[in-house]
Amino acid sequence: MIRRIAWASALISTSWAAAAIAGEELVSSFTLGNGMQVVVVEDHRAPVVQHMVWYRAGSADEPKGQSGVAHYLEHLLFKATENLESGEISATVAANGGKDNAFTSHDYTAYYQRIASDRLELMMSMESDRMVNIRLTERDIETEREVILEERNQRTDNNPRALFREQSQAVQYHNHRYGVPIIGWRHEMETLDMEDALSFYGTYYAPNNAILVVSGDVDPDEVNRLAEQYYGVIPANPDLPERLRTEEPPQTAARRLTFKDARVAQPYVQRSYLAPERDSGAQEQAAALFLLAELLGGGTTSYLANALQFDQQTAVYTGAFYSGMSLDDTTFSFLIVPSEGVSLQEAEDALDQTYAAFLEDGVDADQLDRIKLQLRASEIYARDNVDGIANRYGRALTSGLTVEDVQAWPDILQAVTAEQIIAIAKQVLQPEVSVTGWLMRDEEVTQ
Amino acid sequence: MKGLKLITAALVACALAIPAWAEVKIKEVTSPGGITAWLVEDHSIPFTALELRFRGGTSLDAPGKRGAIYLMSGLLEEGAGELMAQDYAKALEALAASFSYNTSNDTASISARFLSENRDQAIALLRDTIHQPRFDQVAVDRVRGQVLSGLRSDAKDPNDIAGRAFAAMAYGDHPYGSDGKGTIDSVTALSRQDIIDAHAAVFAKDRLYVGAVGDIDADQLGALLDTLLGDLPDSGATIPGPAKVTITGGITVIDFDTPQSVALFGQIGIDRDDPDFFAAYVMNQILGGGSFKSRLMHEVREKRGLTYGVYSYLVPRDLAAVYMGSVASANDKVAEAVQVIRDEWLRMVTHGVTEKELQDAKTYLTGAYPLRFDGNGPIASIMVGMQVQGLPINYIATRNDKVNAVTLEDVNQLAAELMEPEGLHFTVVGRPVGLETSN
Repeated sequence: MIRRIAWASALISTSWAAAAIAGEELVSSFTLGNGMQVVVVEDHRAPVVQHMVWYRAGSADEPKGQSGVAHYLEHLLFKATENLESGEISATVAANGGKDNAFTSHDYTAYYQRIASDRLELMMSMESDRMVNIRLTERDIETEREVILEERNQRTDNNPRALFREQSQAVQYHNHRYGVPIIGWRHEMETLDMEDALSFYGTYYAPNNAILVVSGDVDPDEVNRLAEQYYGVIPANPDLPERLRTEEPPQTAARRLTFKDARVAQPYVQRSYLAPERDSGAQEQAAALFLLAELLGGGTTSYLANALQFDQQTAVYTGAFYSGMSLDDTTFSFLIVPSEGVSLQEAEDALDQTYAAFLEDGVDADQLDRIKLQLRASEIYARDNVDGIANRYGRALTSGLTVEDVQAWPDILQAVTAEQIIAIAKQVLQPEVSVTGWLMRDEEVTQ
Repeated sequence: MKGLKLITAALVACALAIPAWAEVKIKEVTSPGGITAWLVEDHSIPFTALELRFRGGTSLDAPGKRGAIYLMSGLLEEGAGELMAQDYAKALEALAASFSYNTSNDTASISARFLSENRDQAIALLRDTIHQPRFDQVAVDRVRGQVLSGLRSDAKDPNDIAGRAFAAMAYGDHPYGSDGKGTIDSVTALSRQDIIDAHAAVFAKDRLYVGAVGDIDADQLGALLDTLLGDLPDSGATIPGPAKVTITGGITVIDFDTPQSVALFGQIGIDRDDPDFFAAYVMNQILGGGSFKSRLMHEVREKRGLTYGVYSYLVPRDLAAVYMGSVASANDKVAEAVQVIRDEWLRMVTHGVTEKELQDAKTYLTGAYPLRFDGNGPIASIMVGMQVQGLPINYIATRNDKVNAVTLEDVNQLAAELMEPEGLHFTVVGRPVGLETSN
């Protein structure tokens, strides 16, 4: 059953723009007989399609001791299948003038192609094949393991900020797999083998654990027909495990870490707190946290920038971050990069004092109004990039949310009050449940 | 999955017959005041993307003032007219518009996005930004602090270290030979007057190119252009002459304690308006043009696992052309990666490419070209790029024909002429095992 969703319902009516797009239908969703979900986002301005398959399987679903296997498998899926030679998928996409790639996160792995819209069927034929017919050689296993180790070198080991983030995340999460890097710990990556990759594949790669997201110049009925033909015939995996992860125990002590590296040029302080994520049917707290991050650190006019970059000039950069799209508890975090001559301790103290002042002052009503106005406008600008909208659905549906939750989110954001924002701030940002990290030059002496 | 092979084969066979793409209908608009712009009207979403580009970029920095134009560009969002930095930012937020500023070696650009509902107000604010930026001393000092922080980070980033060293080696004293962000010393010494001078050097009518895409018609755009740009001065700073490319074959090793070496490599390149440019473009696609199938990716990554990524790219700038590439590989493997790249450079000269490689590259390049036109902002940017390069307004419709017209003989002859295995220079930052500076 195809359900088209009126796009206009996702927007608060405003004086501008809403009228211009009222009545247009942009997003459709349906489910195949084997349990595979499908989302279609239409844009007929150019004859281009983006075809994506998202799996509800990411690095946080890996077995202990095999960190990096989700991402390793993602690489290996560009090798051979029962029907395709090694590299043939990418070669075929390229020979049809398209581009392809894939990405892995804590909660999902996704594969995609961008190509002329009349090549959608070819993409589905290959992507559905790779869902169940992988065929690996020992040589693939060895060579690609070298490649992911070089990727780790490039992304993480060559970059002190990335190493610091990795350590901070490990300190933040003591008992949940979000504390383990997506790329993997090097010593575990070095031991990944054929059996590890195939075991992860056999467990999680199945239509009832996948979401097809198609955006661009397509007709939802045609997508439905093709999806049934290519994906609908693959049997569901009856043994698909529930995504139950070990949870964090209550945090009872503030945690601190200091990371020193000779390659650090610009020291900074990072502070994070465990925070609730967007839950299906209950996104209000997450919406308040999202707006809190915008108010505190969302740019030039934010509270932190105003106090620390403009008034006191103790920082060259400040930011507050909250990402609610997550299957399990996420984080709310601050970053402060001190000005020349300001120590990390002074920067951290200034951050604490500024946040305390924010709670005292309360929310600036004009600032909240401007943020909400920009959020409404962002829904208009978003229509210029339907692939971005498609990604939003892919991430949401692999993070425990539904199509309805995604549709409801803009209204929920608009409904958040100043009181709710202050209340969630007091609940989540407590000193005793914080993790504070200092990134330092190797030669720098702690005060 | 039984039918899969058949479908793949059938669809690949017809791949050369690339589908009829929706035409990008570009109109040339000249304002009543005489300013020209290229316009694509699309009224389906109520906003407009406007791209302004000024030829010259950071190469217009006055002697001894390296980094002035980059810093000036960063100060454009720090207040204009009566509005100081934060009031300016609030005004922009209240319009839900966005203006962003970028500089490169060859251009300074302003990318604007605004809703139809409040277009006039957004343009009034952008007009003040271009004509009456405040450059308050307090803002100059604050943004200077951000730039200096970035420069200190660059100095410890192996990619930036390699980039600066390669540019200095390739271009010497020409502006291309140094980073447009400037140095710690040059940026520290910049005064408010230097910023004002940089502004006057960059923004002028004789070097302006404009593209607009979205919910606006020709008359509306014409009026907008005069309001926004009509009062610009006729001329700015003199654009420097061509750079002499001084790359010689060899290796430069820069010691930096990090586990993975970063290598930039390059040789003399080919101009954008050279008759052989398309042959070079197709050849590069085959050698290292970014797909998983390129020869470099296949040999260095897929076969040997020496890297996560290796690429080559033509860099035809306004004042010089080079042919560059990059790779990153563990310190104990980078020597092998360098050798494999050298071997591929030589193989391209001695063996050229095959008919199959040529056909695959053409189908990819011609098929992928329309994928670039995916939104109002990207289309505006492409249109301005075409104007800066001096391409005709109908170029989009003819570009794939130019790719398809390249023959095997064209590529192989060009490869023999262009590729210089002996003239290829590697700048390697890290602790590479088995590589030493030599040239």
